[in-house]
Amino acid sequence: MENKTPVTSHIAIQALRPAYALPERLTRDHLLVSSCYQCRKCSGGCPLTFAMDLLPDRVIRLALLGQEDMVLNCRTIWVCSSCETCTTRCPNGIDIAGVMDWLKEAAVQRGRAIPESDVANFHRFFLEAVRDGGGRLPEALLMRRFTLYQIKSGHSAWEVLRNLKLGWKLLRRGRLSLRTHPLHNKKEVSAIFKESGF
Amino acid sequence: MQVSYYPGCSLEGTALDYAASIDGVATLLDLELVELDDWNCCGASAAHSLNHRLSLALPTRNLMIADRAGRDVVAPCALCFNRLKVAEKALTGGKGAELDVPYRGAIKIWDLLDYLTQDAFLTTISQKVVKPLEGLKAVCYYGCLVARPPAITDKADYENPQNMERLLKVLGVTPLEWSFKTDCCGAGLAVARPDIIHTLVQRLYERALAAGADCFVVSCQMCQANLDFSQERISEKFGRDYYLPVFYFTELIALAFGFPKVKAWLEGHLVDPLPLLQKKGLIHHIAPRLKPPFEEI
Repeated sequence: MENKTPVTSHIAIQALRPAYALPERLTRDHLLVSSCYQCRKCSGGCPLTFAMDLLPDRVIRLALLGQEDMVLNCRTIWVCSSCETCTTRCPNGIDIAGVMDWLKEAAVQRGRAIPESDVANFHRFFLEAVRDGGGRLPEALLMRRFTLYQIKSGHSAWEVLRNLKLGWKLLRRGRLSLRTHPLHNKKEVSAIFKESGF
Repeated sequence: MQVSYYPGCSLEGTALDYAASIDGVATLLDLELVELDDWNCCGASAAHSLNHRLSLALPTRNLMIADRAGRDVVAPCALCFNRLKVAEKALTGGKGAELDVPYRGAIKIWDLLDYLTQDAFLTTISQKVVKPLEGLKAVCYYGCLVARPPAITDKADYENPQNMERLLKVLGVTPLEWSFKTDCCGAGLAVARPDIIHTLVQRLYERALAAGADCFVVSCQMCQANLDFSQERISEKFGRDYYLPVFYFTELIALAFGFPKVKAWLEGHLVDPLPLLQKKGLIHHIAPRLKPPFEEI
């Protein structure tokens, strides 16, 4: 599984010049990567390892070692489903799922190339739909936008059709509402989005 | 009896069937669910993945509405529950200083299953069962976020919860032991990486069948959606004809009470549960499936 890690020359260079600020900033945000003693319990219990390029314990170790390129560019942080099994079981109380979230946010903020762009874009479309829908998620709007994105970004027609078929079935079963449910006080939610810098 | 209710966005959309069954069961149990006034989306996985500040501020607004209402608040969605608890911990633990809100913290945040399996409710439920669901063998699937992480959810039995089993026994269902009741279904990756969901869900189907189950029972609409919506696809993909209906626990309560509206709620499922219920003699006369009569659409 680990051999999928992209080993490129600039990553090799970073092994010699670690970004020491990374573990310091994580620690400041209560994500104590330095407490890890590599028991690998997080990776042992993680249900998503089959889709990861770095095991969760490696992400923690590499973050501690200041290997910014490897942890900010990896797939692992994006395929983590935030099921919180690792955080629950860590004997040293490290919020591992929280580290994954922190790294995702940092990767986007620093304009890193994201290997799981569909996942990242889905999150973005989700929040935009909440914002544009007046404070509650209009699922139909989200699905419409995401489907258009899939078409534009070259997903197979088969995949797009399958999504449309599922949407149609849900509509027939009464499980897709085409209405939006904006808040009376939607300005308050817009303000929250603005203050948070989204 | 009154309690504040935070339904969450999907109960206005893909989980309209869950919403209908919750309303029905609350009425049957003389429980008045008072919807939080003008509640907003909690941001779900999207907010905590992309913007930490937003992921605290959105549920904080809801928590403050609940705090002002002054009643305990119940959330049927695992993620909504979890985000409310995260906001609560931030506000009471000092990490939410930047939020600057006057949170009094006199209310308790409940996950719906926990709320309805308190001893008093279980007693009421046992008195109202008119048609025990005998012969139905189920695995309880709690999912992740009502239980984990315990530092947030304040749950004691986060690795092996038992309250759904207790409820099912009261209803006459046979709950089966299995080790995967809090395993992940993939949750919010369903749209962007359906292949991941298929792998996780197929494992759950295999394990449920190995335990001898006829069906899943869930308390989270995201779990329901991932299990229910993917069944046809995983049958194609893995070459095995899976048939395991996925019930919300509320539907089984109403079914055991002999409540006639249950059939309409079950119309919302993609995996039709009626053949199973008919085989077990728990429902009679099957009309062809129609479009379900939910109020919205």
